[in-house]
Amino acid sequence: MPMNSPVRDDQDAARRRKRSIVLGLVLGALVVLFYVITIVHMGGDVAKRSF
Amino acid sequence: MSDVTVDITAQNAAPSWADPADAAGMGGQGSVEDYWALLKPRVMSLAIFTAFVGMAVAPGAIHPVLALVAILCIAVGAGAAGALNMWYDADIDAVMQRTAKRPIPRGTITPGEALGFGTVLAAGSVLLFGLAVDWVAAAILAGSIAFYLFVYTMWLKRSTPQNIVIGGAAGAFPPMIGWAAVTGSVDMASVSLFLIIFVWTPPHFWALALYKAGDYERVNIPMLPVVAGTDETRRQIWLYSLVLMPVTVMPWWFGAAGHAYLALAVALGAAFLVKAWRVYSVRDGEEANRAARSLFRYSILYLFLLFAGLLVEQGIVPLARNALGL
Repeated sequence: MPMNSPVRDDQDAARRRKRSIVLGLVLGALVVLFYVITIVHMGGDVAKRSF
Repeated sequence: MSDVTVDITAQNAAPSWADPADAAGMGGQGSVEDYWALLKPRVMSLAIFTAFVGMAVAPGAIHPVLALVAILCIAVGAGAAGALNMWYDADIDAVMQRTAKRPIPRGTITPGEALGFGTVLAAGSVLLFGLAVDWVAAAILAGSIAFYLFVYTMWLKRSTPQNIVIGGAAGAFPPMIGWAAVTGSVDMASVSLFLIIFVWTPPHFWALALYKAGDYERVNIPMLPVVAGTDETRRQIWLYSLVLMPVTVMPWWFGAAGHAYLALAVALGAAFLVKAWRVYSVRDGEEANRAARSLFRYSILYLFLLFAGLLVEQGIVPLARNALGL
């Protein structure tokens, strides 16, 4: 198949789209993970701090 | 131990980073599945499982979220090591039947992409492990990735028939890392878990190499059957199998396992020895190949059952007892 055929372009676009979606999901999961890790490290008394 | 000098022409092969695909600015063709394959998911699953057992057996407690983070970091670190290995070994992977369909030889991922992917994942997993869980465990993870890449892949694999003996240490670290994630330290019980995988690796890989010797010969990888012959390989498999038996008893000896594990280790070990003896004594024809295949397959099941036994005895049974108030 030629390098710049329409079929190849479509396949490339589909692959890129799937890659972008998965990368977005991974980054989103990392945000949630870092948030949860922060809460775990701060512990349950974080809301009871005396300023 | 065999002491064989070999002529290594593979060492002189062009480095994989000099790939024309990178030079031409190509890339971006890899699918999600290709990147997943770069992580060597089967090897990763063994690392996850043994690390989990290390955590379950270790004395002390860890927050479940941090346990999950530890497992994630170990999995990603192991995957990163796999990706970096595929980056460096792309030249020989293309020639070997077993590895020719990996993403870099197929041309879907460029060596540069694999290098970047592996490096980012390695650094990220170690950093997250240290910041969120424990720096001792993170340091062992970093050491194991570096060992796999620099000592095994870049140095030993192409230069000595003992490559798998010393290089096997990289795959033996996960239970020790899991243990350190809980305790923040290394002690004899965790070293004994390391030693089990370390001593198990040579007979496991040499059994495979016995019936895949042609593959390694084509790419000048000095696997033991290629440079020392199959008879010497069978002898080494038998010797390492003999050493493996007392090593599997060590967790019991150091108090990390009980009598149920001991009985399991002895029973599984006896079957291992029977299969290793068959490899040693049957040397010709299809029967010999069958014996090697049988040992290779059994060795995977053996390690799984050994660690599963440890997990059940030290992790699941105490948990169930607590839950039932026994």
